Amino acid sequence: MNVLLDYLPEFRDGFLGTLAITVSSALLALVLGVLIAGFRVSPVPPLRAFGTAWVTVLRNTPLTLLFLVAFFVVPQILFQGASPYVLGTLALGFYTSSFVCEAVRAGITTVPLGQAEAARSLGMTFAQTLRMVVLPQATRTVIPPLSSIIIALTKNSAIAGAFGYGELFNVSKLLNDKGYAIAWIFLWTALAYLVITFSISGLFRLVERRLGVAR
Amino acid sequence: MSEVPVTENAGGAAPAGDPLVVLDKVNKHFGALHVLQDINLTIRRGEVVVVIGPSGSGKSTLCRTINRLETIDTGTIAIDGKPLPQEGRELARLRADVGMVFQSFNLFAHKTVLENVMLGQTKVRRTEKAAAEKKARTLLDRVGVGAQAEKYPAQLSGGQQQRVAIARALAMDPKVMLFDEPTSALDPEMINEVLEVMQQLAREGMTMVVVTHEMGFARSAANRVVFMADGKIIEEAEPTQFFDNPRSDRAKDFLSKILHH
Ligand SMILES: Nc1ncnc2c1ncn2[C@@H]1O[C@H](COP(=O)(O)OP(=O)(O)OP(=O)(O)O)[C@@H](O)[C@H]1O
Ligand SMILES: [Mg+2]
Repeated sequence: MNVLLDYLPEFRDGFLGTLAITVSSALLALVLGVLIAGFRVSPVPPLRAFGTAWVTVLRNTPLTLLFLVAFFVVPQILFQGASPYVLGTLALGFYTSSFVCEAVRAGITTVPLGQAEAARSLGMTFAQTLRMVVLPQATRTVIPPLSSIIIALTKNSAIAGAFGYGELFNVSKLLNDKGYAIAWIFLWTALAYLVITFSISGLFRLVERRLGVAR
Repeated sequence: MSEVPVTENAGGAAPAGDPLVVLDKVNKHFGALHVLQDINLTIRRGEVVVVIGPSGSGKSTLCRTINRLETIDTGTIAIDGKPLPQEGRELARLRADVGMVFQSFNLFAHKTVLENVMLGQTKVRRTEKAAAEKKARTLLDRVGVGAQAEKYPAQLSGGQQQRVAIARALAMDPKVMLFDEPTSALDPEMINEVLEVMQQLAREGMTMVVVTHEMGFARSAANRVVFMADGKIIEEAEPTQFFDNPRSDRAKDFLSKILHH
């Protein structure tokens, strides 16, 4: 008896669930990460302090703990009745943003200081300098670590399953509880994850190559 | 070591323009190092001032304080009557009026030559794209690199890159241009092509502050030579007087060293 064929709709929903929460939290992490990296290199001390605090807290807190906060504390204060998808996206996105921030910041330091000085001496503001001169040149060094970070995010999304969000890990647990052969469940689940992670690394390689050509 | 009292606008060669850049009792430290010590310097509109002095004397720092790439500890710097504001939009606006040319060119590596010269116009001056491009091409032609407009900086020789950098600064219609050793990163055969562009600028009446050890340029283009050592202005004079007849021992010593090389 084949688990995959018998429970194709469940597997499909799980796959789509993992994909959805990965995409949304990756987008959140990228936006927040770049923004906080900007804070961390800004000339404004309070912004720098905020950026440092953000990274220190989120990067050093176990992800499960962040999920607990997102699912049991956040709804009491902010998002009453938010879906597990939204809460899971928040936990994953915030957590991952601290890693994105540090990767972006490392990329920024590889851009020679003279580039930013030239931009500032033309009268560009700090934000313009970062957006138009520094970040575009940092992108190429940031892509490879970013690829690893997003793949880690995909696998971390399994924790959302433990909190009742319907995704791959959640499905495999469900079927396991029904007494199916665990090896087959794991095999199909792992393959589904591989499809997503391979697509991510492929996508990043593509971007990297495009940037390489366009220097 | 004798220090000669600094006289403003020694000789009579300087154009009698109004004061454009005024440094008043400027002091700056890098940690314990007192890099600028009570610097008083007035640069008049249309004047070309060459700053010369031994390595580490504070020439670059002086240049960089004028558009506030370096902050100062005490004293004031005013450009066209307006004191330099704090970091922010207003400072950015003021920086746009002060062109800067760096030793290492610092062209934007991810942009073409044309885009380099357009960026400040479109993003800071908010010039229309078409007008910015037209002006960029005119300036690139003027500095003799019009044919390289679509290339990236890395595809150009050092001399060409530095001329693009000059065009990029000129595109902002600056009131004053600062040059920090613009030719010292260049191979000897490329130095002249850059100096010629600077000579032409000087003839057209651009106000210029030039840190350089190129004495030919100083003699032919400068109205005044400012000699710095250990963070102080030791001597100011007309070029011929300074090079043929330096008054201070420090300047004599320095000139004998660079002339023997
Ligand atoms: N960012 C900095 N931090 C600490 N010290 C600095 C910094 N920039 C310059 N200095 C020091 O300040 C002194 C003056 O430096 P500056 O670059 O202004 O000298 P300079 O006259 O331009 O020398 P050169 O001819 O070598 O370019 C030097 O002793 C230098 O080491
Ligand atoms: Mg210097």
